Amino acid sequence: MRANTWAGRNKVEVRDVPDPKILNDRDAIVRITSTAICGSDLHLLDGYVPTMQDGDIMGHEFMGEVIEVGQGVDPGRLRVGDRVVVPFPIACGACGACAAELYSCCENSNPNAGIAEKMFGHPVAGIFGYSHLTGGFAGGQAQYARVPFADVGPLKIESDLTDEQVLFLSDILPTGYMGAEMCDIQSTDVVAVWGAGPVGQFAMDSARVLGAAKVIAIDKEPYRLQMAERAGHTPVNFEEVDVRSRLLELTGGRGPDKCIDAVGMEASHGSAHIHAYDRVKQAVRSETERPHALRQAILSCRSGGIVSVIGVYGGFLDKFPAGAWMNRALTLRTGQCHVQRYMNPLLQRIERGEIDPTRVITHTLPLDQAERGFEIFKNKQDHCEKVVLKP
Amino acid sequence: MELTATTTIRKPPPKVYAFWRDLGNLPTFMAHLEEIRTTGDRTSHWSATAPFGKNVEWDAEIVDEAPGETIAWRSTGKADVPNAGTVRFVPAPDGVSTEVHVVLSYDIPGGAIGKAVARYFGEEPHQQLDDDLRRLKQVMETGQVVRSDGAPWGKRARKEFPQRPAQPLSDSELAKGADA
Ligand SMILES: NC(=O)c1ccc[n+]([C@@H]2O[C@H](COP(=O)([O-])OP(=O)(O)OC[C@H]3O[C@@H](n4cnc5c(N)ncnc54)[C@H](O)[C@@H]3O)[C@@H](O)[C@H]2O)c1
Ligand SMILES: [Zn+2]
Ligand SMILES: [Zn+2]
Repeated sequence: MRANTWAGRNKVEVRDVPDPKILNDRDAIVRITSTAICGSDLHLLDGYVPTMQDGDIMGHEFMGEVIEVGQGVDPGRLRVGDRVVVPFPIACGACGACAAELYSCCENSNPNAGIAEKMFGHPVAGIFGYSHLTGGFAGGQAQYARVPFADVGPLKIESDLTDEQVLFLSDILPTGYMGAEMCDIQSTDVVAVWGAGPVGQFAMDSARVLGAAKVIAIDKEPYRLQMAERAGHTPVNFEEVDVRSRLLELTGGRGPDKCIDAVGMEASHGSAHIHAYDRVKQAVRSETERPHALRQAILSCRSGGIVSVIGVYGGFLDKFPAGAWMNRALTLRTGQCHVQRYMNPLLQRIERGEIDPTRVITHTLPLDQAERGFEIFKNKQDHCEKVVLKP
Repeated sequence: MELTATTTIRKPPPKVYAFWRDLGNLPTFMAHLEEIRTTGDRTSHWSATAPFGKNVEWDAEIVDEAPGETIAWRSTGKADVPNAGTVRFVPAPDGVSTEVHVVLSYDIPGGAIGKAVARYFGEEPHQQLDDDLRRLKQVMETGQVVRSDGAPWGKRARKEFPQRPAQPLSDSELAKGADA
């Protein structure tokens, strides 16, 4: 089959690779009809997530048709011919974490748990196409994928919704939603979202659906801010204004009640010398993150507020504003999304028309043009917001 | 050398105990074991896998057991690597799970076998046992040792680092199996 693979730092390559096979009894093989490129893939592309290897198949947002199931898959749960969306964290459904619905912390799905434990103190779940630290699972930017624990994760789509309407249930819609849910939103809340990428856009939509009084979008790409504005959110361009002052202005001096970091470890900074400090430290790997958005969110949030982090961090960061966090009674919440928890309720919201996931799609390309997809998405060319690939 | 490790498994103590007491199950999750044959009510014959030293075999006997709670064993006769082990099954505070506490001890001899065993355990010997218990948990909670494209051979995942790329195995790789 054809698959998009990691080919060293800053390089992806679509290659011919063997077709996937059943390795465990509860596996299924899915013929992929739609798959997407995620901001998380950019962290892999740029080499900031350790344990990527040449030839690793990328991609963790995919859906398609079940063409084979292992003998351990309950036919009441999944059958050949089913149309499914596959959640990006691989979860067994039976461990303590899964019982607590903390699917991205599943204790059984990562064969390299021992390595992950070294890095993170405790292991994390397996994830498709997301380094060997999270299991070394082949990803979904391919014609076919092997899906472990197929009787737990995949969501069956039985209505006639299009791929584009349901594909993002695999990751970014639940992730954005979880980012908003972690904020315990009240009807009086002003919610500020750092990052107007696809994840940020869905965090904004979710904050509104959950009843926020006002939602603010912070980014530097005018076209992404315009996209947020068209959806009814208030744009702030961090290259044009001082974010903290602008946020004070927009909130009568209180600061946003809830702040969401949808940027992660490769943030850029309006102030060149601060960016350079973290950029150099990150380049020599003495700091693994460039945490500008996170720092700014913590400093901007009103006292007693919640800072919800869905942007991905991988290791260690400098100049964490512990004083602001502690003295102003802030709550920090975070996690890789527990996608399985949100798929069904969000599918219902899509069916009811409360959320339109298709609004972020700007490009649809054949899988063979994955390399171009990565390039325009990474470099924000051609007003690219989200790329869907068709195998 | 003494190794200790512990894990929590979401199954009640009698279940986990019964699985372990059927000693033939141990090689499904313990990387250094090839096979355990039961030879009597309390006696068994164990053989190790190659990385532990070729053709290392020994007899063992269960020296203490309390159903649902604990099992202790030790090698008997002239074992190449005299060893002993104890496992305790303790109800976890959640009321559904079992804490499994394992202690293994090895008398590492001189010579080639001693060297092979030392190399097997490496600089952080407890890691092997941690990984063994992770796989025990996988088997008890999900039915099988979990495999990925990068780490397809379950028991050997850590030894394989850096691993094969995360892309499907070819038919010939799959046919050759773990020893490829
Ligand atoms: N927690 C999860 O489960 C999960 C799931 C998916 C993605 N993510 C993460 O979410 C983050 C966003 O993903 P995406 O697909 O939207 O990526 P993206 O790269 O398209 O979007 C990031 C946006 O942040 C903006 N940005 C950069 N620096 C900024 C700053 N200092 N302040 C404000 N905005 C800034 C960029 O201009 C860009 O528009 C990534 O870190 C990704 O890894 C997390
Ligand atoms: Zn993603
Ligand atoms: Zn689990």
